[in-house]
Amino acid sequence: MKRKHKRLTFVGLGLCLLGVAVALVLTAFEENIVFFHSPTDVAQGKVEIDRRVRLGGLVETGSVEKKPDAVTAFAITDGANTIPVTYKGILPDLFREGQGVVTEGRLVAGVFRAEEVLAKHDETYMPPEVAEALKASGHWKDGGPAVGAKDGAAYGGKPGAAYGGAAYGDKGADAKTGGYGQ
Amino acid sequence: MVKRLPYLLPLGLFLVLSAYFAVGLTKDPSIIPSALIDQAAPQFDLPPIEGGKGAGFSTADLKEGEVSVVNIFASWCIPCRAEHPNINRLADMGVARVYGLNYKDEPGKALAWLNELGDNYTATGADRSGRVGIDWGVYGVPETFVIDGAGRIRYKHVGPIIDDKLETEILPIIEQIKRDGS
Amino acid sequence: MTAELGHFALTLALFVAIVQSSLPLVGAHRGKSQWMAVASPAALLQFGLVAIAFGCLTHLYVTSDFSVLNVAANSHTDKPMIYKISGVWGNHEGSMLLWVLIMALFGCAVAAFGGNLPPTLKARVLAVQALVAVGFYLFILLTSNPFDRLFPPPVNGQDLNPLLQDPGLAFHPPMLYLGYVGFSMAFSFAIAALIEGRVDAAWARWVRPWTLAAWIFLTAGIALGSWWAYYELGWGGWWFWDPVENASFMPWLAGTALLHSATVVEKRDTLKGWTILLAIITFSMSLLGTFLVRSGVLTSVHAFATDPARGVFILVLLIIVIGGSLALYAWRGPSLVSAGLFQPISREGALLFNNLVMATATAVVLLGTLYPLLLDAIGGGKISVGPPFFNAVFIPLMVPMIAAMAVGPLLNWKRGDWRAALQRLWPALLAAAIGGTGAWAIVTDGPFMGIVGMTLAFWLGAGTLVELAERMRLGREPLSRSLSRLKRQPRASWGMTLAHFGLAIGIAGMTGAGAWVKESIQVMKPGDTTMLAGYEFRFDGARAIGGPNYTATAGQFTVSRDGVRIGTLESEKRIYNVSGQPTTEAAIRTTVAGDLYAVIGDRDAATGGFVTRLYFNPLVVWMWIGTLVMIIGGTISLTDRRHRVGAPQTRANPPARAQAAGAD
Repeated sequence: MKRKHKRLTFVGLGLCLLGVAVALVLTAFEENIVFFHSPTDVAQGKVEIDRRVRLGGLVETGSVEKKPDAVTAFAITDGANTIPVTYKGILPDLFREGQGVVTEGRLVAGVFRAEEVLAKHDETYMPPEVAEALKASGHWKDGGPAVGAKDGAAYGGKPGAAYGGAAYGDKGADAKTGGYGQ
Repeated sequence: MVKRLPYLLPLGLFLVLSAYFAVGLTKDPSIIPSALIDQAAPQFDLPPIEGGKGAGFSTADLKEGEVSVVNIFASWCIPCRAEHPNINRLADMGVARVYGLNYKDEPGKALAWLNELGDNYTATGADRSGRVGIDWGVYGVPETFVIDGAGRIRYKHVGPIIDDKLETEILPIIEQIKRDGS
Repeated sequence: MTAELGHFALTLALFVAIVQSSLPLVGAHRGKSQWMAVASPAALLQFGLVAIAFGCLTHLYVTSDFSVLNVAANSHTDKPMIYKISGVWGNHEGSMLLWVLIMALFGCAVAAFGGNLPPTLKARVLAVQALVAVGFYLFILLTSNPFDRLFPPPVNGQDLNPLLQDPGLAFHPPMLYLGYVGFSMAFSFAIAALIEGRVDAAWARWVRPWTLAAWIFLTAGIALGSWWAYYELGWGGWWFWDPVENASFMPWLAGTALLHSATVVEKRDTLKGWTILLAIITFSMSLLGTFLVRSGVLTSVHAFATDPARGVFILVLLIIVIGGSLALYAWRGPSLVSAGLFQPISREGALLFNNLVMATATAVVLLGTLYPLLLDAIGGGKISVGPPFFNAVFIPLMVPMIAAMAVGPLLNWKRGDWRAALQRLWPALLAAAIGGTGAWAIVTDGPFMGIVGMTLAFWLGAGTLVELAERMRLGREPLSRSLSRLKRQPRASWGMTLAHFGLAIGIAGMTGAGAWVKESIQVMKPGDTTMLAGYEFRFDGARAIGGPNYTATAGQFTVSRDGVRIGTLESEKRIYNVSGQPTTEAAIRTTVAGDLYAVIGDRDAATGGFVTRLYFNPLVVWMWIGTLVMIIGGTISLTDRRHRVGAPQTRANPPARAQAAGAD
């Protein structure tokens, strides 16, 4: 083979790989991206049934109920709407009533079946998505206009935030993420 | 030129990516905490810190025609400790009422903290559950709000008021509100 | 006083770095040897000053000086000494100080041991190294000073997150940083070579050990982090594809590619431009990893807004370092002429294939990590990209690469014969068939990927052994001669064999733990039993216990198989005294076949039982063993003779060469 041809072989191979990668990424995006929704989105029917999504808001006070077979039932609210949620398993250490929470799972027959409950390793922290959902819903349970609950890093939060910083998210992320605590 | 192309490609890709980020960052409205500015302060009525003096404070206190400053603090928050001398100084100046919002704190610890560092607040409200904090859009402690006589939020400062921030940020805002009002 | 001393030393280090980055660069350009000679003593002095600064911060932590904001925010008098020390780098400011310390240490090593480097190259390498350091010093001093005072000081500190008070995590960040910063050496060499306009075998021989050392540390760092997540988080998993993990994985992927392409530059004097680009990309990924993680921007773009000074500084620094070096690459890159020609089917071709796949994989992980941020930045909604995405994209990319990995080392340089290579690989083919069928027969209900994974693991493992046997000429010569050949193998070859074999072991472990995990969640009362993967877990009950700075509920399980008692597991739910924060301690019993893993949850008020989560994680231990073998392989390769002596001296070893030539 001539030098030029050899070069073309590698350029071709590179392009092929890139093509395969792009195809993989696109199909994976199509199927595996998880959208975040608020209870209001669910109530308005914006959420596809049986697709894996995240639902976030506040755990409604008084809603947590232990069911048989290690199932916990609770409700997630953004003030405007409330969605019942069930979860089987051990809840995160910082799962509390009245606290912000993000769950991942599927909507089945009006009940959100959570497969994962993500809670921050720090009780003073509000997940940004939840804060925004609350803001979008326009008001808080006890009434009164909720003004701009915003996201961002916990500036000088408790120990968790001191290291975990802005991290909220999947499992290990929380504590492993670098910190902001000044 | 064709020979150079492969060498220019990485730079091009990088520039596109950074331009995307730069544009995205500047476009985002929530970067400047403007959502709160010129909005009415949220509705709330907080009790005093358990065992402490005073009667707490509420939205009504912020509408009495005087400029007020609401300072979100907690005993577990180290940066609060750093800024507290400045908060005390501000209160001593008498240019505005300075309210303390004790965020997600234990009463005993909060009182001990105020005892140690000095309590010059006009009044202090305890937000043990953090619910009022959500309405205020608190995402990290400390935060400080400047509110005009009509109870509208005019300025929000995230993070401790240290160095010369009292002189360069907070005091000018207070003066400006007074000027506007007269 | 200590804090002020540390601050002062750090400021001085900045000025030394400024001198070190400017004078030698100009000197090398103008051919002034006195100016170039400044680099080495400056590098030593810079290291001394940063070491003083770091020592000061450590002293402040050890003595619990809470008049320093950073110490008050991250330490506590009750904390065990080891975590007081690890607290130094367990926070943003301190970790940045650790970064510059390691960077100065590596610069110092070049100054001390780089005697046989060409003087201009050495001067330029040290100057580039110092230039990057200047950016970091400015960042620390202007936006993240660890020596800020706090007045009045609190009586006690705020404590480090109890989750982080763990030996696995105490040494995770320094390992990662040794890796990240190690790649800065490859970067400095690449930039220096671009300025010089010359890349040759000697250059590659200098770059390789740095890259290799960085790769070893990074591998160890990632493994430590993964191990920590496995036993401390109590989710039974070991890799979650979360942004923080990805941030350390991207430089690893790019660095692995760099390691292989540098070999091609060294042996065959080709792929130069590509290797330079990889060096730049690898270090860029390291920077991105550090900053994205440290700034919190990974979870929300708006984190930048919380502390604009820091965010803007990071952005500008990234653009200057990455953009600047890529611009230099665009300008000077075309002047690098590659000499060695090769056919697509050849050792070079195989290494290039590895490089292309690794680079694609890096790009894909980068995309998956940044996409949610990009979408969020333009207001496109909140999404998360999790394990399903990465598994769907990453695994198909890796399958052909691992398949090719067994063939590549059997191909000749320049022009290879793939048919001959495959013919020699028949034992590997057999092993792969056995592995795949075995997996299918033993785990009948497992997913298809489990079979693919085991087939690949056996193929790669056996293929690596075949290659070793080929090098020994096993079976084609008398055994004694084969053995003496084995003894004469250069350490770098041993390194490759071990690293590849370690990966094969690791793949087996990852396949087992990923595809065949068994999980069971239920409420158990004392005396209850649960069957899982053939094991019987009996819940014996829970009791309250106390630790040095926590109290805990400990749940005990007795595990038996076929009526034979295997042992007891004790999982704890701890509450830390200072922060009141609960953590979960998983109970793990490791066996060759897999880990028995138990976690105790909340008490169920109605029944008096406890929620329990039990796992059987097959073959997990092989993942750690595989990683360890890879690290050992890398370390052996690092001690290879040709890395120890400078490039030209390799030839000054005629007996060995003559012997090798004679034997051929």
